[in-house]
Amino acid sequence: MLGQKAAFATAEASPDKGLRRRWRIGEKFIEGWVFLTGLLAIVVLLGIIALLLKEGLPTFLYTPPWEFFFGTKWYPVSEPPTFGIMPFFVSTLWVTLVATAISVPLGIACAAYLAEVAPDKVRETVKPIIELLAGIPSVVMGFIGLMLLSPLVQSAFNLNTGLCGLSAGIMLALMSLPIIVSVSEDALRAVPDQFRQASYALGATKWETIRHVCIPGALSGITAAVMLGVGRAIGETMTVLMVAGGALAVPMSPTEPMMPMTSAIASGIGNAVRGGLQYQALFAIGLILFILTLAVNGLADRVLERQKRKFAR
Amino acid sequence: MFSNLVKKWFILPVAVLLVTVIAVAGCPGSSGSSGSFKIIGSNTVEPLSVVWAEEFMKAHTEVSIAVSGPGSGVGIAALIDGTTDVAQASRQIKSAEIEQAQANGVEPYEIQVATDALSAVVNPANPVSELTIAQLSAIYTNQITNWREVGGNDAPIVAISRDTNSGTHVFFKEHVVQMAGLPTADKTLEYGSKVLFLPSTKEGVDEVAKNPNAIFYPGLGYVTDEVKPLAIKKTADTPGVLPSVATALDGSYPIARPLLYYTNGQPTGAIKDFINYCLSAEGQAKVTEVGYVPLQ
Repeated sequence: MLGQKAAFATAEASPDKGLRRRWRIGEKFIEGWVFLTGLLAIVVLLGIIALLLKEGLPTFLYTPPWEFFFGTKWYPVSEPPTFGIMPFFVSTLWVTLVATAISVPLGIACAAYLAEVAPDKVRETVKPIIELLAGIPSVVMGFIGLMLLSPLVQSAFNLNTGLCGLSAGIMLALMSLPIIVSVSEDALRAVPDQFRQASYALGATKWETIRHVCIPGALSGITAAVMLGVGRAIGETMTVLMVAGGALAVPMSPTEPMMPMTSAIASGIGNAVRGGLQYQALFAIGLILFILTLAVNGLADRVLERQKRKFAR
Repeated sequence: MFSNLVKKWFILPVAVLLVTVIAVAGCPGSSGSSGSFKIIGSNTVEPLSVVWAEEFMKAHTEVSIAVSGPGSGVGIAALIDGTTDVAQASRQIKSAEIEQAQANGVEPYEIQVATDALSAVVNPANPVSELTIAQLSAIYTNQITNWREVGGNDAPIVAISRDTNSGTHVFFKEHVVQMAGLPTADKTLEYGSKVLFLPSTKEGVDEVAKNPNAIFYPGLGYVTDEVKPLAIKKTADTPGVLPSVATALDGSYPIARPLLYYTNGQPTGAIKDFINYCLSAEGQAKVTEVGYVPLQ
């Protein structure tokens, strides 16, 4: 930092105009390069949206939107094929609901412990370990769900099969836990220390301080954490493909085998010929999924922004 | 100073050029004569193709073969899109797929490489030992939902199927669920909505090994000691026949099916040599080892 400033000062003071011009050209070049890379991300996003619209929308010429969304029959390889995505949509809701119901209380409690209770040493060891959990490949999580969790769930709930939405939801909870813990912990630590001290000065206990001061103070950050976790759960594919069971009925409870939207795309796309009816229908599911995750992530972004502004004063 | 500028503006196009060259060189399509090709398709045929490919590559070190088995439909779609050299399939190509292929300038050429006895397997703890095709159809359309109705325990049936990528899924639907070739044949029957669709044959066999109420239909090559194959009766009056190489060869097993390779036009070069090896006595001996039924 300092060295750079010094170099800049000498360049500025130098009478050698050539050197200065060269310096400026280099600067312009890098500026342009950074601008281009920034642009690239936007171009890719717009490209994905355009592709999803181009490949997905024609499906509504074959299946009217109403039948597509509320139809309960998905027979893509039959003659003639029928496309109704209600079972997939409901499955996604169930699996996400189970994942959220487990990961949110656990995640916030864990974050509160790490931010407010744990000594620095414990926090510095535990937090990276939890974040490491996010790095486990989803196919490995699927494998664990298949081999360890599904027999457990089957015997614990006395089900016909352990391959069901509940098992998938539990695995997804484990996968979104690191995001929830990490982001909520950051939010809790951003709550100014004066708040806590004021609370203690009023005679509040540690629990009362966490419950009535820290968590409400960090609420927007925690909400964002939850949203990010939910977004992860909605979009996860491999684990649910392996563990959720893949039945085509509209599931009435999370203990039934089901096929969320992501698995439906993954298990059908290989077989779909480019431009065919099934291909278009799968892209339409992709479009819906994209809008869903975009909405959740966008909401999370808005909430996080609010949290930042709150403590900027 | 000038050279510096040149360097900056020179490196980028060169880098782009290099990346393009590498990408093009890594692309398929230029294969066949170059001695490297891909086999994509049926999960059922995969173990057989893998053994053949390994043996063939031992003898021909200049050839490299990549095998993957996501499902027959995937393989045929890849052949139509020109992204594979050979498609392996456990069902015949559909007329709609031939039309799509021809529209893309691809001429599917069919070669039967082996036969499979499609087995219905249950958990060894299940007392049921034989089913008619009509009973199987009723199970997979959710008309029969309790093992008691077919002479077993009072327990719910967990019917497991492969997903729609699978040739086995399509073959089973046509020949068992819709009972093609039987007097009771009904083309409008579909898998019931309670049937579990799993992404691989291995996963289905594993679930049957763990779950006493489950039933699944793997190819003969996937049947292990952990699951029990059922004797299949064509109709209620005919005797039950267990799936095996012998019963598939003499035609007494009712749900045997061809295992196929599809190429774009007649195979040439390394692919031709490979397929000749598969069809040779040596190659067909491997078929029995893997658990399928040789052609002769």
